[in-house]
Amino acid sequence: MDCQLDIFFLEALLNGVLLAGLLALLALGLNLIFGVIDVVWICYAELVMVGMYGINYAYKGGAPFLLAALFGIVLVALAGAILHYLVIRPVLDTPPINQLLVTGGVLFLLQAAATMAFGIEFKNLGIRLGSLNVADMSFSWARIWAFAIALAGALGLWLFLKKTYLGTAIRAIAQDRDIIALMGVDSRRLYLVTSAIGGGLAGLAAALMVLQYDIYPQIGLQFGPLIFMICVLGGLGNMIGGFVAAFIISQFIAVGSSCFHTEWGYAVAFLFFMVAIFIRPQGLFGTKS
Amino acid sequence: MTSLRAAPAAILGIAAVAAIPLMVHVAFPASEKYYLHLLIQILLWSFIYTGWSLMGRFGLTSFGHGAFTGIGAYVTVLLWNFAGLPPWIGIPVGVVAATMVAVVVGYPCFRLRITGHYFALLTLALTEFVRLCIVGLRDYTGGSLGTQPKRYGDGVSLLALQFEPERVLAYYIAFALWLFGLYIWWRVDRSMDRYALDAASQDEDAAASVGIDVTREKLKITALSSAMCALGGAMFAQYQMYIGPDTIAGLAVSLNIVFAVIAGGLYVMLGPTVGAVFTQLLAESLRVAIQGSATLRDLLGSSALALDQAIYGLLLVLFIIYMPKGILGTAVDWWQRLSRPRQPGIGVAGAANAGAVKAGKG
Repeated sequence: MDCQLDIFFLEALLNGVLLAGLLALLALGLNLIFGVIDVVWICYAELVMVGMYGINYAYKGGAPFLLAALFGIVLVALAGAILHYLVIRPVLDTPPINQLLVTGGVLFLLQAAATMAFGIEFKNLGIRLGSLNVADMSFSWARIWAFAIALAGALGLWLFLKKTYLGTAIRAIAQDRDIIALMGVDSRRLYLVTSAIGGGLAGLAAALMVLQYDIYPQIGLQFGPLIFMICVLGGLGNMIGGFVAAFIISQFIAVGSSCFHTEWGYAVAFLFFMVAIFIRPQGLFGTKS
Repeated sequence: MTSLRAAPAAILGIAAVAAIPLMVHVAFPASEKYYLHLLIQILLWSFIYTGWSLMGRFGLTSFGHGAFTGIGAYVTVLLWNFAGLPPWIGIPVGVVAATMVAVVVGYPCFRLRITGHYFALLTLALTEFVRLCIVGLRDYTGGSLGTQPKRYGDGVSLLALQFEPERVLAYYIAFALWLFGLYIWWRVDRSMDRYALDAASQDEDAAASVGIDVTREKLKITALSSAMCALGGAMFAQYQMYIGPDTIAGLAVSLNIVFAVIAGGLYVMLGPTVGAVFTQLLAESLRVAIQGSATLRDLLGSSALALDQAIYGLLLVLFIIYMPKGILGTAVDWWQRLSRPRQPGIGVAGAANAGAVKAGKG
């Protein structure tokens, strides 16, 4: 209850901004996939978890961190493509809710498989980057790096979508998936590429998260609901909206957690989300279709 | 007509389920308690699953029912532990509280036509919100460790609705609850609301244009469904004598509900029950198999705990791709295809589908 407008409040606020970068990156991949393929990967956070384990083992196996991170990104990108090929493609033409549920099955599978393969104990890379101290405030370098790289990743995706031929095709298919086939574009291949990119973004997020968080099989349940909330709040498929929503939600969490107990920060964020959706059902930045 | 034909089979089926404790007593006198425990859990979950399927079958895929089971369980237990109110008061209060939450969240959802992905994700947020509140109120709820209802006397009491040591009694309480759930399902299936909701789930505009108050219909079924889940959650707490934010509330429970029903069959009366039997038996038989076999134990080690979840997840993926109607739904389809040439246009009699959607159309 000791919530005052002092330096610690400012610290919480700024830490919220740093968290937002990471959450925005997580939301970005999911939004890309929704916007293009029109499916929600409910197991998205579990793909991040797979990436985190991959990086963990690569690093402990002797690879330098950057190489391990690269391995994680490639691993999850592959996982994304496989997920699309094996699981999403067979149900693409069935009711949309099936696509959400089928990835829910994958959520169970990945979580359980991770428990079986890696055990339930918390794993940590043991990399300490230290922290930046400014005027009594302390910010861990891991978070600052995560923020910067998340922004760079988002910018990279934006450039890819705007400037490359493949990116243009992906934007086109997001606009009208029926017409695109008439233009001679192979939408199946595009979906696969998009899934891989979405997975790659999850892998990038995993690389940033292993520096900040312990790895355990249930970590997806901690982040998954947050990511969905951010995507819906920003308007599913709207990447800029997702970015803004990430900043709003992370402020609730950061400030709420610093003033009250951690759960209350999250609880208020979820409450805010529900109210916001009732006021703007299409999301804060969605356009009514 | 169909229901009349099905009546003898239904009575036979009910009698058979009612006689199970006797059969268990004769067949497995040594491990009677264990088998009854398994059956009680199946029946209690079946009731909760049936409650969810009332909404799920009309395209209202809610991930929010973990919130309702949680509210029902926690309100009942907390009123007993801290206010001394027996569950006879606590359960109705919990059910009303859960129903109110459902209506407060449901009304704007249906009014604003939040459906599909958005509805699923919004209700998912509700579940998380309730779970976080439970964890946050740790002075009362025990936080993430959970809590126990205060034991009254020797643990068997009418006043405190505690019956856990008396397994046969507990079985018949769960059995009655299960029958009650099936009765509600049957009543909904025969009601006009069902046709209204069927129409609304296919095309809301068309349904509204023929005079169906879509918001009202959806709200009615949501209230009923959430009330059932809250009641189920409360009864589960009374039987287990333990509640935890992850065992009776939260996303894990929501997901379990949704997937068990889909595995069993969303559109048939006994589908949720089959889902409960399937999931409980899968988990239990794997556990027994691993415990009984040294080779498996050595091979899997501590990871054996998650094996059922892994198989479960894999099966769900396969079910949704290849068998979206679930185990029972697919079985009913086959049965009808086999029997149709002989009895065209008449639904199949049998306890398994006494009020099934397909039979209802016959």
